[in-house]
Amino acid sequence: MQSIAQLLQLIPKYDTLPEIWRLLIPILVSCLLFFALMALAVLFLVWLERKISAHIQDRLGPMYVGGWHGWAQTLADALKLLLKEDIVPDATDKLLFKMAPFIVFLGAFAAYVVIPFGVSSIVTDLNIGILYVVALGSLSVVGIIMAGWASNNKYSLYGGMRAAAQIISYEIPAAVAIMTVIIPVGSLSMVDIVNAQSGGIQNWFIFRNPFTFLAFFIYFIASLAEVNRTPFDIPEAESELVAGFHTEYSGMRFAFFFLAEYANMLLVTCVATTLFLGGWTSVLPGGSQLIPGPILFFLKAFAIIFVQMWLRWSVPRLRVDQLMYLSWKVLLPISFALVLGVGWLAVR
Amino acid sequence: MLSYFKDIGLGIITVLNSMWVACRHFFTRSVTLQYPTEKWTMPERARAKLFNKIEDCIGCSQCARVCPTRCITIKTEKRGKDEPEILASDGTPIKLRTYIYDIDMALCCYCGLCTFSCPTHCLQMTPAYEYSVYAIKDHIYQFAKEKPLSVRAPAEPTTASF
Repeated sequence: MQSIAQLLQLIPKYDTLPEIWRLLIPILVSCLLFFALMALAVLFLVWLERKISAHIQDRLGPMYVGGWHGWAQTLADALKLLLKEDIVPDATDKLLFKMAPFIVFLGAFAAYVVIPFGVSSIVTDLNIGILYVVALGSLSVVGIIMAGWASNNKYSLYGGMRAAAQIISYEIPAAVAIMTVIIPVGSLSMVDIVNAQSGGIQNWFIFRNPFTFLAFFIYFIASLAEVNRTPFDIPEAESELVAGFHTEYSGMRFAFFFLAEYANMLLVTCVATTLFLGGWTSVLPGGSQLIPGPILFFLKAFAIIFVQMWLRWSVPRLRVDQLMYLSWKVLLPISFALVLGVGWLAVR
Repeated sequence: MLSYFKDIGLGIITVLNSMWVACRHFFTRSVTLQYPTEKWTMPERARAKLFNKIEDCIGCSQCARVCPTRCITIKTEKRGKDEPEILASDGTPIKLRTYIYDIDMALCCYCGLCTFSCPTHCLQMTPAYEYSVYAIKDHIYQFAKEKPLSVRAPAEPTTASF
């Protein structure tokens, strides 16, 4: 945000504005900037998901809209969703029903504040950065359960309850896996975590020692469950629950759920990139930055997203009991063991 | 305790295995046909739209009689004695003037019985399969070219009667 504030200094007579405006305008500008970037990234991700799933199933996916490989398909779909009638079913809890998509979206959007895309491309470097991300991850549960409850539909309620149970269970292994990174760094700030990994690929936490290597995979699996992706998409399991918590949503409100889902997906990959793949830092051992930091950051993040999409078409959906077994009996004990191992390395 | 670790190991192997299968399919050629721009090459003797070469038709009505859906309507009259003798391409003399030969392709069930019964092989099925229309009446194809001398031909195309 400092760089945005500096850019705004270039506007003539900016200094003569009242103090409150000089505080608010950078916030608004960075909000708009991040919203635009996120919407673009989500449109691209939806297109990418459709293409990847199509090619894994030996299909072609969207090919017509926009010319080159249907690049404008998601843009057209988004426009269609925004233009559709805003349906609020009769027996719903109107206020909660209308609020829910925005709360889910807020949880995804607000966490981008602390994601360091580059050396200076970060809105604000909170000293509790990663804790803030973990905390905001729980906000989307509130929105999802709100949507499930307010819809007054059994499938929605089932979906909402399942989402709550799942996200809360998987936050624990994810948070414990994050601890394996925090212990050697000694700071919760995202910038500090990235700086601790600078100097090439061997300094990234994924390759630094076997404990953090395993912790990366535990975080990856747990983050899949947190963003409700296959194989952990039981909150919106089409074959059982119609569409889960967003069964009753349509048009723009559904678009917001969709946006939040993909924004969350991008968020967890950004966090994984920051924590384990060295964020914006270079791949080369010397540490010389050939590719600009933000581009490198997104390349790493999209590589993880590709694996997420790849997994989606490889693994079938888990049963509820299998889901709980995996979280509480496999991931949690292993992640605790990893924390102990990292602690032993730190004090050795 | 051992089975616990065995299960985890088996799970990891299963996931990696299925990821490998998905990866192999990611690089195989897609089977999608971009239909309006790419098309199937139909077999040479594919049995789709009916076509009657009316010059060879002797108006025997065998096709209309054998048709299970009665989609062919034929009306003929005797050619006059003074008219010049004409032959079909296989040498069969054409003694009837076919002034109505309508096929309602909306009724056709593509069984091909009419083509087998045709004595001069003038009625055939062609590989053309793209002939969708907006009105169902446009599915009636009129092949007759000659005008009747004795009866006045109806102006409207006739539908097959049940």
